[in-house]
Amino acid sequence: MDVSAQHDASGNGGNVGEIMQAIAEHKGCGTTGGSGKASCGSQAGQGDLPTEIWEKVKNHPCYSEEAHHHYARMHVAVAPACNIQCNYCNRKYDCANESRPGVVSEKLTPEQAAKKVLAVASTIPQMTVLGIAGPGDPLANPEKTFKTFELIYNTAPDIKLCLSTNGLMLPDHVDTIAKYNVDHVTITINMIDPEIGAKIYPWIFYKHKRYTGYEAAKILTDRQLQGLEMLTERGILCKVNSVMIPGINDQHLVEVNKAVKSRGAFLHNIMPLISAPEHGTVFGLNGQRGPSAQELKALQDSCEGEMNMMRHCRQCRADAVGLLGEDRSAEFTTEKIMAMEVKYDADTRKAYQEKVEEERIAKVAAKQEELAELAGNSSDIKVLAAVATKGSGLINEHFGHAKEFQVYELSTAGAKFVGHRRVDLYCQGGYGEEDSLETIIRAINDCHAVFVAKIGGCPKGDLIKAGIEPVDQYAHEFIEKSAIAWFKAYLDKVNSGEVEHVERGDAAIRQGALISAA
Amino acid sequence: MPFKIIASQCTSCSACEPECPNVAIREKGGTFVIDPKKCTECLGHFDEPQCVAVCPVDNTCVIDTSLPRYQAPA
Repeated sequence: MDVSAQHDASGNGGNVGEIMQAIAEHKGCGTTGGSGKASCGSQAGQGDLPTEIWEKVKNHPCYSEEAHHHYARMHVAVAPACNIQCNYCNRKYDCANESRPGVVSEKLTPEQAAKKVLAVASTIPQMTVLGIAGPGDPLANPEKTFKTFELIYNTAPDIKLCLSTNGLMLPDHVDTIAKYNVDHVTITINMIDPEIGAKIYPWIFYKHKRYTGYEAAKILTDRQLQGLEMLTERGILCKVNSVMIPGINDQHLVEVNKAVKSRGAFLHNIMPLISAPEHGTVFGLNGQRGPSAQELKALQDSCEGEMNMMRHCRQCRADAVGLLGEDRSAEFTTEKIMAMEVKYDADTRKAYQEKVEEERIAKVAAKQEELAELAGNSSDIKVLAAVATKGSGLINEHFGHAKEFQVYELSTAGAKFVGHRRVDLYCQGGYGEEDSLETIIRAINDCHAVFVAKIGGCPKGDLIKAGIEPVDQYAHEFIEKSAIAWFKAYLDKVNSGEVEHVERGDAAIRQGALISAA
Repeated sequence: MPFKIIASQCTSCSACEPECPNVAIREKGGTFVIDPKKCTECLGHFDEPQCVAVCPVDNTCVIDTSLPRYQAPA
C-alpha cells in the first residue's frame, strides 16, 4: 500500500467503512451505544470501576486520562534486551528526537536508574509512577528489572511501580512481580490468532531456540494469555496494549478485546501503528500504513461497550520523563544525575499532591455544573473539538505553541475525551519541510472547533476557511466546562437555523520524530 | 571457527550476553564482543548458536573465518 496514504486524511474513507461494519457486528454483544457507559480508563471519574481498582489507578497517568493532566511518570531504560522480533520495531534505529516506544538515548544500570528516580521525584513532585518498558522487554532482562524495583521499593515506597512486557516470559515471573508490589502490568497483545501473529512477529527466542512463523506466534499468544490470567488471579492490575495495523489485525482486535476482557484485563489501549519508512522497520519499509484518526477512534469506540478504553497514550519513549505529552528526559541525563545531590522529600511531594487533588475536585465540580445546563437538551449531534492545553485540565495553551491537541467528543451526554493529536513538525533530515498550519489542520480536520488560550489573526482566518472554528473566549478556563458551554451554544444555533450542522472529514495521525526534543 | 560480533551492526542490547553457555560474551567499548578462546559455537550445549538465535539484527553474530574451526574435545 502506498505509504503516502497515511498522510492523506481524505484517502482512507473505505477502510473506515470496513471497520464501522465490524463495529456494528460487535456492538451487538456489548452495551448499547447510547447508554452512556462511563469509561473510567479515559474519563474523569470512577465510573463503573470497582473502588479498589479506582484507588489504584486514579493517580496513574497512564491508566487514568484525568490523572494524566496532573501526575507524571517516568521510564528507566534498564532493559535493553528483547526476546521477540516485531515488524513495527527496529532496534538499530535511535534518534534523540524520536518519541516512540523502543527508543532511548542511554542505558542505565539498576543503581543509576534508582538514583535517577529519586532525582526526578525530588524535582517533579507530581511524578508518581515509575515504569520499566524496555527499550527491550523488561522480562527478558529480569535481573536488571527486578533489581531496579527492589532499590526503589526500599527507598521510595510511595512510588508506584509498573512494567510493560510482550508477555513471552510473564508466566515465569508473576510471583516476583507480586513480591515487589508491582501492581500495574501492561502486556502488548496484538493477536490471539497465530495466523495473524505470523504476519506481525517474524520470530521469538524461547527456551534457547528461535521459533518462526505460526509456531512462534502460537507460543507467544499462549504465554501472553496465561500470564494475563495469572496476574489477574493475584489481583495485579493489567492493561493490554494493542497496535492497530490496518489490513492485518484491525478487525481482529475486536476479538482480542473480548479475549483480554474475559481474562480480567481492566483497560485496553489500542494504539496506531507507527511506520514511517525512515524508522527502518519491516512495516515502515514495506509501506504498511498506520490507521487514520477516525479509523482508530471507530475501533476504540467499538470496543468501549466491552471494557474501558485508553485513549490518551502518547506512545512514549522507553526513557521518557514528565507528564504524558511532555518529555523532560534531557534534564536528567546520567551525567547530570550522578552530579546531583538528591534529597528525597516525601512531605513536599505529599503537600503538592494534596493541592493537585483540590484542583481535580474543582474541575469535576465545574463540569457537573455545566452538565446540568445541558440537561433537557436532546440531540443526536456529536462533534469533535480540539483543545490546546498545558495541563491541569485547563485551556491554557497558545494555538501556535501547541505540540498536540486533545480531542473531546461533545454530545448532549457531555464532553468525553477521545484522543489527542500530535502537531509538531516532522524531522526530515533535520529540516522542517512542512507548513505547520497545514499540519495542524490535517491533524484536527475532523474537529468542528479548536479551543485555545490565544490565537493570531492569520491562523484564525485559515482555520475558519478550513471549517474549524477557533474559540478563544474560554481562555484559562476548565476544558470540559467550556466545551460543554460552547456545544450548548452550537446546538442552539443549529436549532434556530443560524448554522447548518455538517459532518467533518477524517484526520491524519502524526508520526515521526520531533524537530527538537520537547 | 568461533563466532564474532560485527561491531558496526551491534545495537548493544545485551541479549546475547546471558544466553552464551560459555560466558564468552562481554561488553567492550559500547558494543559486545565474543572471546574466541571461549566460544564453542554452542556445540554440545544447544542445537543452534545462542547469540545468533537471540540477536535482533540479522548477520551480526557470524562465524569468524579468520580463525580455525572449534574442535570439540575428544
